Amino acid sequence: MKELLHSITVQRRVIGALLMREIITRYGRNNIGFLWLFVEPALYTIVITLIWHYTRAGRITSLPITAMAVTGYISIQLWRNIVGRVKNAVSVNNAILFHRNIKVLDVFISRTLLEVFGAFFSFVVVSTIFINVGWMGYPEDTLKIILAFLILSWFGASLALNLGSLISRFPIFDRIWKPISYALFILSGLFFIVDWLPPDGRHIVLLFPMAHGLELLRDGYFGSMFTAHYDIGYAAICCLGMTLSGLLLLNLTGRGWDAE
Amino acid sequence: MILVKNIVKRYQTRNGYHTVLDGISFSLKKGEKIGILGRNGAGKSTLIRLLGGIEDPDSGTIRRDMKVSWPLASKGGFQGSLTGADNLRFICRIYGVGFEDKMRFVEEFSELGKYMHEPLKSYSSGMRSRLAFAMSMVIEFDCYLIDEAMSAGDARFRDRCRYELLEKRSDRSIVMVSHDHRQMRQFCNVCYVLQNGALYRFDNPDAAFSYYKNAQ
Repeated sequence: MKELLHSITVQRRVIGALLMREIITRYGRNNIGFLWLFVEPALYTIVITLIWHYTRAGRITSLPITAMAVTGYISIQLWRNIVGRVKNAVSVNNAILFHRNIKVLDVFISRTLLEVFGAFFSFVVVSTIFINVGWMGYPEDTLKIILAFLILSWFGASLALNLGSLISRFPIFDRIWKPISYALFILSGLFFIVDWLPPDGRHIVLLFPMAHGLELLRDGYFGSMFTAHYDIGYAAICCLGMTLSGLLLLNLTGRGWDAE
Repeated sequence: MILVKNIVKRYQTRNGYHTVLDGISFSLKKGEKIGILGRNGAGKSTLIRLLGGIEDPDSGTIRRDMKVSWPLASKGGFQGSLTGADNLRFICRIYGVGFEDKMRFVEEFSELGKYMHEPLKSYSSGMRSRLAFAMSMVIEFDCYLIDEAMSAGDARFRDRCRYELLEKRSDRSIVMVSHDHRQMRQFCNVCYVLQNGALYRFDNPDAAFSYYKNAQ
């Protein structure tokens, strides 16, 4: 018990140190620094929303287009960025894995946390801007939004855990991931809501946990304007399964050290 | 005490597995200082990494009953895009020690001056070695793993290393990899030669060196 407490203390310390280090190496001191964490995704979302806003897309549906774009983009950004940051974390961090008390899992966790915080703050900032400009209404159900964030983060984190472990030992998976990520990108519901799809289509899309997450997110935002289709329990079980398989893979691949 | 029992380490190559360490056993008591000799590719750094717990052996066990340092090498352990000061801050956080008073020691020992606040990638190999060595002295370990960490420095730097390790911390253990006969004689009381995956023990460095020369 005492040993467990000690290792938890060490792990918290290590993750904290890794977070600080990630922030410095990623956002630098000479850039606009930490602020970049929010500005970069915010700019992306604004561009996407503007394109959507000024093309014909807005006339096809009565749904609030800006809210559609913001929720869709943020959800993708959330899990894709987690995976993107974590999948090559072992090879990038070879140097600091020289320290025995830094575990590969710590590196994964710190990178995941930073992405989740980043995505959340950019979501808040972007939403606030558009609400004040008048392009978007106030969110209807904050609890659902938070829950959706948790589900999407969990999905990203567990996917990243699997991929990161595999890639550390077999770099070929990095290439295999690319086509899969495009498929997930399309299936996630960035450009549609599940209700628009025919029954067969719904069935396929709802096999994927991130689609449930996005539907939940949109339900929390403008749920009174459409019929949302999601199953939190199903998404959670998928994520749990992926987490367990990821931890198992991580255990098998160890520190994934490349012999030089 | 470090107890190494029957460790085997293999790496995958294009032509099947290459066994680097083939059933090595030895022990290291507190205060003992051992040197490891071997040709390039003999597995010295691999052994050091296993002792440091960076990699696990394929079979066999390593028991560490004392606080073992990370492998002090000319590369590895630090982030190139961060400054020396940032790296020090990171190390202090990882090992849970205060930062302020350590900064003074590292600045003084490494003699980096304003380079302390420049990214590590702009350092020469001598500067890197000085910083790496200074940082490992900031954290108190019972056993220091030194993988040719002093070879890049000048005479003055080596003198300071000797003072920090042998005089100020004479009660600690050392596992050292070096090609330098004089350094080995100065630092170690027991010497091992690593050859074809096996470890041969010699009770004084001179005997180890003459065996090593003849074996080549």
